[in-house]
Amino acid sequence: MASAIDDDPRIIEFDVRTDEMLVNMGPQHPSTHGVLRLVLRTDGEVVSEIEPHIGYLHRCAEKIGENLTARQWIPYTDRMDYLAAMNMNLGWALTVEKLMKYEVSEKARHLRVLIAELSRIASHLVGMGAYGLDLGTFSPFLYAFREREKILDLFEEACGARLTYSYITVGGLTADLPPGWLGRCEAFLDQFEPIIKEYHALLTTNAIFVKRTANIGVLSRELAIEYGCSGPVLRGSGVDQDMRRDGEAIYTAMYDGYAFEVAVMKNGHYPRDHEYPPVPADAVLGDCWHRFFVRMLEVVQSMDLVRQAIDRYSACKGTIGEPLKLTEKIPAGDAYLETEAPKGQMGFYVVSDGTAIPWRVRARSSSFSNLAVAPELCRGCLIADVPAIVGSLDIVMGEIDR
Amino acid sequence: MAEFLINSAGLPEWLAWTITAVVAAVLILNVIAGGALVFIWAERKIAARIQDRLGPTRTGGRFGWLQSLADGIKLLAKEDLMPEGADGMLFRLAPYVSFCASFCAFIALPFAFDFVGQRLNVGVFFVVAVLGLEVFGVILAGYASASKWSLFGAMREAAQVVSYEVPLGMCVVVPVMLAGSMDLVTIAEKQAGWFTNWYLFHDPFTFVIFWVYVTCAVASVNRAPFDLAEAESELVAGFHTEYSGLRWSYFFMAEYGSMFLVSALAAVLFMGGWNGPIPVAKLLGLSAGTGDTAGYFVRLLGMANLLGKATLGVLVMMWVRWTLPRLRIDQVMTTCLKYCTPLAAAMFAGVMVWQLALPGGIVRGLSRPAGEVREGWLEGPGGKAASRPAADAAQKVAEVAR
Amino acid sequence: MRGPDFLSQLDAALPGAIVGRNLEAMDPWIEIAPERIADVCQWLDTKSPVRFDALECITAIDWFEPDAKKAAKVSWQPHTELVYHLWSTAARVSLVLKCNLPRWKGDVPGQLPEIPSVCGVWRGANWHEREVYDLSGVWFTGHPDLRRILCPEDWEGHPLRKDYEQPLEYHGIRGK
Repeated sequence: MASAIDDDPRIIEFDVRTDEMLVNMGPQHPSTHGVLRLVLRTDGEVVSEIEPHIGYLHRCAEKIGENLTARQWIPYTDRMDYLAAMNMNLGWALTVEKLMKYEVSEKARHLRVLIAELSRIASHLVGMGAYGLDLGTFSPFLYAFREREKILDLFEEACGARLTYSYITVGGLTADLPPGWLGRCEAFLDQFEPIIKEYHALLTTNAIFVKRTANIGVLSRELAIEYGCSGPVLRGSGVDQDMRRDGEAIYTAMYDGYAFEVAVMKNGHYPRDHEYPPVPADAVLGDCWHRFFVRMLEVVQSMDLVRQAIDRYSACKGTIGEPLKLTEKIPAGDAYLETEAPKGQMGFYVVSDGTAIPWRVRARSSSFSNLAVAPELCRGCLIADVPAIVGSLDIVMGEIDR
Repeated sequence: MAEFLINSAGLPEWLAWTITAVVAAVLILNVIAGGALVFIWAERKIAARIQDRLGPTRTGGRFGWLQSLADGIKLLAKEDLMPEGADGMLFRLAPYVSFCASFCAFIALPFAFDFVGQRLNVGVFFVVAVLGLEVFGVILAGYASASKWSLFGAMREAAQVVSYEVPLGMCVVVPVMLAGSMDLVTIAEKQAGWFTNWYLFHDPFTFVIFWVYVTCAVASVNRAPFDLAEAESELVAGFHTEYSGLRWSYFFMAEYGSMFLVSALAAVLFMGGWNGPIPVAKLLGLSAGTGDTAGYFVRLLGMANLLGKATLGVLVMMWVRWTLPRLRIDQVMTTCLKYCTPLAAAMFAGVMVWQLALPGGIVRGLSRPAGEVREGWLEGPGGKAASRPAADAAQKVAEVAR
Repeated sequence: MRGPDFLSQLDAALPGAIVGRNLEAMDPWIEIAPERIADVCQWLDTKSPVRFDALECITAIDWFEPDAKKAAKVSWQPHTELVYHLWSTAARVSLVLKCNLPRWKGDVPGQLPEIPSVCGVWRGANWHEREVYDLSGVWFTGHPDLRRILCPEDWEGHPLRKDYEQPLEYHGIRGK
């Protein structure tokens, strides 16, 4: 890739070209978010090219899906984005329900919104904390985990698990909420809200943080779309797209009546529904700072949605209903559905031949496409920028390798 | 002490000098090793408290106060690994070079009036020069490890430390200029009296240059946000990636030793050394210069004072480390060359002009007018004899260096 | 999707490319002749009135029944089906393209079926095509760097094919 070096202004400016070195970053490296392996081609501190190698966490989820019934595959979706397993469950459940033309009860629908948005907060907290870690500050990571623990406590109470929930399932949810849960959830939200200011103080507005992220790894709108990026990565580049609003009817119907504004910069400003810190002067749309900031906005947005969901859920009479049988037959045909998971658009595709066991299942993960764009972003950056850029994409290897 | 051994015990002169040197060396070694243990424990506890954790709680009964010792034993028991392609001799040598540099610098550091390993009339020069040698250990480690990450760490360290020596040197020159001596004891004694006599409050320029010194000192000992040489999230562990067990712990001790040293140096140069904010001894009519028991206790008090100030400095470094993200290498260099160096130079010039226009500073004079103290006035007969050979040697080194 | 109007334009621009369609299906799809897929995608990305500027997913479905008894009952002939899910960010609609390929090129087992790569249209297709090649064994002609992506480089076989047999051993590691 000599051309990449020729295009790098920094190298030409100094007119120093020494031997290039291949450096192996990962799969055992503190900041590659699991088992990602990046091969860096560097000239001193300047990286001319990176090449991601994936597959270290490949667990043949799709092949396994061809041997299990639709509901039996739910636990395998847990292990895709294990930081937001609820959203993975939801994506698969909705896809199968779409093919079966099945509609869950009103109460289950609101409970799904509640759980999915709470899970989004938990996922973004990890993304935020781990990003601080990538930039060399340790404390925000633990502040984020402290709050995430409380969400996991709530989940544990609801379904018994802390990481791989299998809570949302085909045809509803495995159980209703225990008594008193809603009160504890509200207490958590009240306690959590002021803490977001701390995160902004420690990271978003911190001078060093801004220096490390603003105008680094700028992802243009066109490139983001061409690579199929989604979620905060896409919105951080200024593309106004959120599957909760723009997706297919079966998914958007879930959010019917919920008020939320897509966290994206429109006409030069972000939504003003809450008080947010101002955008620093150095930040360029599509850089690491904006991707990070969109995540922070979505935490607040999800809190609002959880509050709305609590109101609606408690207003519903009756039960959430029973999920479908484990061996429920799926009508022949195929269905593809993309849902807005915390990391981006999570697509599931199911092909059925009319039996209970799908003929083919496919998981299109957002991190897969988001990571594919990393080589473009890292061209000509410094070594220290590589964790900053890869971290800002907020990838989860479980979802990439499946 | 040497004189006492020669005159009273009748030992030959060379033996007496050797014993004296060994005693001083062992004492200082214990200060470093013991200090490192305490500081490592303190760092754990402080980091934990900053991050809403408890830190060690059990080792040693309460507060985990024996945790560092337990860690030391663990490190001793660890396998001493060396990479296959490593340059064996250099690899083994490197930690000791680092440690010895840090250790040697302590020799000239006065803990209280007359409590000094070897009083040098070029003490400032000696400490700064020897502390700069620590970088050789790091470069050796990086080069000999046969690991690319180590090499990156070493190169960063070399670039960073060499650059930061320039503003650091300029900062150090200011107190030297004000005191008219390079002897650390003289510089500290010149600031005797109330805290208003400290060079920190001498004039606005010295106040500014103190903060420049703090920045440069943190950078030159590789603490966050300038810890690029080990940069965990980028370079795995930087120059000590391949080290394990005891060798690794030598680097660790050197780091904590240097941290303490630059803090103590700051205390001596800018914060009155062993002269407390309130001249208790003077108010009580006691003097450190006398050889009786009262004088001895005054010196002990002074030592506690200096240790307290230096510890405060170390604690501030820890606080900074657990709060801020890390800078990037180009930003570190920019900070040094674009901000610290010009600022230090300007402040140096400012202090010079101030000395010409308003000799004696603005707030000095509460106790004693400046200029009364001349170089060498403190040297009693014993001190003179004890310091001569080494001082002569150092003077020769200094002359050659010039 | 804006119905027949948009499809007729595609048909007029690239006659013979569309070989089948089902607009009443749950996800309306059109079937494209495999050798025309790159042209069709290029047209959809740049010239179409609804610009499909994002490729979401490529899936290969292996229609093959290894069990002879069951194979006698199925209604389809063995083949490999490629499904492209496209998305338009401006119009916020999706489109499904399907291509039918033989399971083996020229029905010679071991010869991978070929189809033009769409990497030239969307650079993001690179990894998706590598994954399809790796797991389902479809050779994308014109792909800049067609290597295995999830399995190790020296892996044998394509695991998502229905007749795939797990190796007994891989570098001394027992597989079964």
